[in-house]
Amino acid sequence: MPLLQISGLTHFFGGLRAVHGFDLKLEEGELVGLIGPNGAGKTTIFNLVCGVYKPTQGEILFNGTNLVGCRPHQVTARGIGRTFQNIRLWDQLTVLDNVRIARHSKLRYGVADSVLRTKRCQREEEDIERRAMELLDIFGVASHAQELSKNLSYGEQRRVEMARALAVEPRLLLLDEPAAGMNPGEIDQLLELVPFLRKQFSLTVWIIEHQMQVIMGICERIQVIDFGEPIAAGTPIEIQANPRVIEAYLGKEVA
Amino acid sequence: MRRHSLPLIVVGLFVLTIGGSWLGILDAYVQLVLFYVGINIILTVSLNLVNGYMGEFSCGHAGFMAVGAYVSGILTVWLFAEDSVFGLPILPIGWAIPLFPIILIIGSIAAALVGLLIAIPSFRTRGDYLAIISLAVNYIVVSAITNMEVIGGSRGFVGMKRVMNAMGDVFDAPWLLIWTFVGIIATILIIHNFVSSTLGKGVEAIREDEIAAEIMGVNTRRTKVMTFMLSCGLAGLAGGMFAHWPGGYINPLMFFILRSTEVMVMVYLGGMGSISGSIISAILFTVLLEWLRPLGVFKWVVIPLLFIVMMLYRPQGIMGSSELTDVLPRLQTLLRADKEVKDNAPASD
Amino acid sequence: MTLDIFLQHLLNALQWGSFYALIALGYTMVYGVLLLINFAHGDIFMVGAYVGLFIATFLLGQYALRLPFTLPSWAVLALTIVGSMILTAGLGVFIERVAYRPLRDRGASRLYVVISALMVGILLEYLNLAAFGAADRGFPQLIRKQIYTVGGVSFTNVKIIVIGLAILVMIGLQLIVRHTKVGMAMRATSFDKVAVPLMGISTNRIITASFTLGSSLAALAGIMFGTAYEVISFDMGIFVGWKAFICAVVGGIGDIRGAMVGGFILGFIEIFVVALGQFSGFEWLSSTYRDLVAFSILLVFLTFRPTGIFGVARRQKV
Repeated sequence: MPLLQISGLTHFFGGLRAVHGFDLKLEEGELVGLIGPNGAGKTTIFNLVCGVYKPTQGEILFNGTNLVGCRPHQVTARGIGRTFQNIRLWDQLTVLDNVRIARHSKLRYGVADSVLRTKRCQREEEDIERRAMELLDIFGVASHAQELSKNLSYGEQRRVEMARALAVEPRLLLLDEPAAGMNPGEIDQLLELVPFLRKQFSLTVWIIEHQMQVIMGICERIQVIDFGEPIAAGTPIEIQANPRVIEAYLGKEVA
Repeated sequence: MRRHSLPLIVVGLFVLTIGGSWLGILDAYVQLVLFYVGINIILTVSLNLVNGYMGEFSCGHAGFMAVGAYVSGILTVWLFAEDSVFGLPILPIGWAIPLFPIILIIGSIAAALVGLLIAIPSFRTRGDYLAIISLAVNYIVVSAITNMEVIGGSRGFVGMKRVMNAMGDVFDAPWLLIWTFVGIIATILIIHNFVSSTLGKGVEAIREDEIAAEIMGVNTRRTKVMTFMLSCGLAGLAGGMFAHWPGGYINPLMFFILRSTEVMVMVYLGGMGSISGSIISAILFTVLLEWLRPLGVFKWVVIPLLFIVMMLYRPQGIMGSSELTDVLPRLQTLLRADKEVKDNAPASD
Repeated sequence: MTLDIFLQHLLNALQWGSFYALIALGYTMVYGVLLLINFAHGDIFMVGAYVGLFIATFLLGQYALRLPFTLPSWAVLALTIVGSMILTAGLGVFIERVAYRPLRDRGASRLYVVISALMVGILLEYLNLAAFGAADRGFPQLIRKQIYTVGGVSFTNVKIIVIGLAILVMIGLQLIVRHTKVGMAMRATSFDKVAVPLMGISTNRIITASFTLGSSLAALAGIMFGTAYEVISFDMGIFVGWKAFICAVVGGIGDIRGAMVGGFILGFIEIFVVALGQFSGFEWLSSTYRDLVAFSILLVFLTFRPTGIFGVARRQKV
């Protein structure tokens, strides 16, 4: 059974058709890419999977269970983690807090425990902090743990966001343009990091990206959408040569 | 020695205020001001949870105070006093001392339940709707109480003072102040524990970016409701204590919009998202109000002016979003000596 | 309830609602443009009434300083209205410049500006209280009241004027907002505040325009209120103003039609709740319950339609 199965996903924003007839079968352990020109609907698809919007039509099955109608925190609890196109860290909170909060879906203690600082709460808090620091360490930002996240450099913030996404203990990781704004050195690091993360955390990874280097470098297969509709799918080599894809990005050739 | 610093400070304050009152060193007026300070601390810290930490805009805090005040006041009178409405007391006065905290807690729970009623529709949408709804609820609560002739309506409800005096007869101690002190400590501990836990941090995440919080696994709806209920419950606690003030009566107008506005002023004055800021500003503001009392009506001309000026020159309030321990690091070593400072023990005590 | 009694109540409701509508318009315009709940607005209404009182009293020669001629009362009325509208608008703009703009320029969160607004409101109330005392003031009657009776329904000319004014104002505002450049700029600002200055329009000018319009309408409402009910007090802003705010919200805050509709709805609810109390079985619905019932109904309404009648939910881009 594929880990994520999307069939006939269609979504309208009022009268605007943002996504139309999108399908996907994502097997466990795969590293798949989603590309398309700006405004094609890629982030919208992520948002639909995460439960931010309820699709007008279509089915989204994660591990066999239907995600449609679930609220985002429920989707996250089932094992989907995500980063954002424009970094959405909680600016006035520390780096450590940003990652700690992502453990909410795994919390077992309640308000009463928190307010009374019971042993149960204390034990879980220690565990949360330990895990969070471990993750920050992997991403090389552990030394900034007590700093406000808004004070970090752009690249560091991106890494904190990824640490945060991993803190939810996902089976599926959604990366929305992780290479945006990165310089070539950072992109090289990313090219090593993503496969490493996949192996280390037994993840399935679905990436939206614009940077061809990243897409061609790490994706096993790629889907292309334009104006909300799928127009091509295949291996990186196949996609690079596909005329429809070229047209979508560069426009029709003038005779 | 360091390990016990914080409890020592608390005990010290207790001895000063309660002991001083008991022994008559602090006169009735000072005791009253201390009482007001205490009530305002609880109100401010609890409202800060919603307006500061969660970034919402609740403007009807006095409404929940009213619920707590009337529920607790009525219970006290019903149980312990001879009253035109409820008849003879049900329990002997000796029970009043141990039962008083229970009565206060019942008042809090009532206020929290009213908060629950409001939270559910308000938090369906983001934006300024909580402001509007909390405003309307403040009006509704005051209006409802005004219409309940059986508990005094607009004339007010009396009887609590007799009970407090009788408690004093059983065992002579400044009971009101004692319970206020306990209430303050409880409030601060509850709020501090909550906001420093991961569960409580979710509240701030909601303020910073609610959608991201939801996507990262925070059940925003439930968190918002729980936080609001906690805040309202504590306002009810303050109300319950307030109902037993030496003046001896409560009426609906005491809990009207102006009261809510006072609490909002204290929250913003202290700095949103800072417990120590709320405490400091509650103390300062209460004292300022008392100090300006001779000005009569001009009091409320001076205060808004001061506030507007302060808004223009220091809009983040006294503490902004930092705590006292962030600004005075040595205070931190004093208070958290046992746990976090092990590795960098300062040279001097 | 017989038809003529119903019509009587209907007229009362329309008049009462007109005040709410006129004040609600001010709230809605400022909110539409600034996303600010101008809590001082109710007190602007109060100031407008008092300024009108003093202008009228002066013009009627009731102060020590007398004019060398007496004016016919229609002239006094016109001058009072215009004078008060101008002065009150000036106050509104002044408040915006001094108390709100510096905060906005500094990028302070909206919450701070709202608190500032609250403070300004309190300041106005207590300045009035300190200066003129707590006693209610009689408002000079500039329109000779004439009672007409049609069918079994009697009403005064004042009532008709108030209602007529409210409707005229709404039509006028709709024209301004839809057909003038300023109006279009106001609408644009409520949709996208950032893009507007990029198009060469000064947002500060638009904001000033909103405050001018809103405050002058509140002043008009204040004068008409004084004329209709003959008494004004320092706290009229609290009671009428805050409720008018809720009217604006129920109508859909930011939308001019919403403010009008919301105002009339609350007017209707309040008058008819009290009217219902005259029926057997409903005696408990005395006038003290008026607020309670009105707010409860509004609260329930907002629960099911939080954006109000004409409001549009603001979509957040994820």
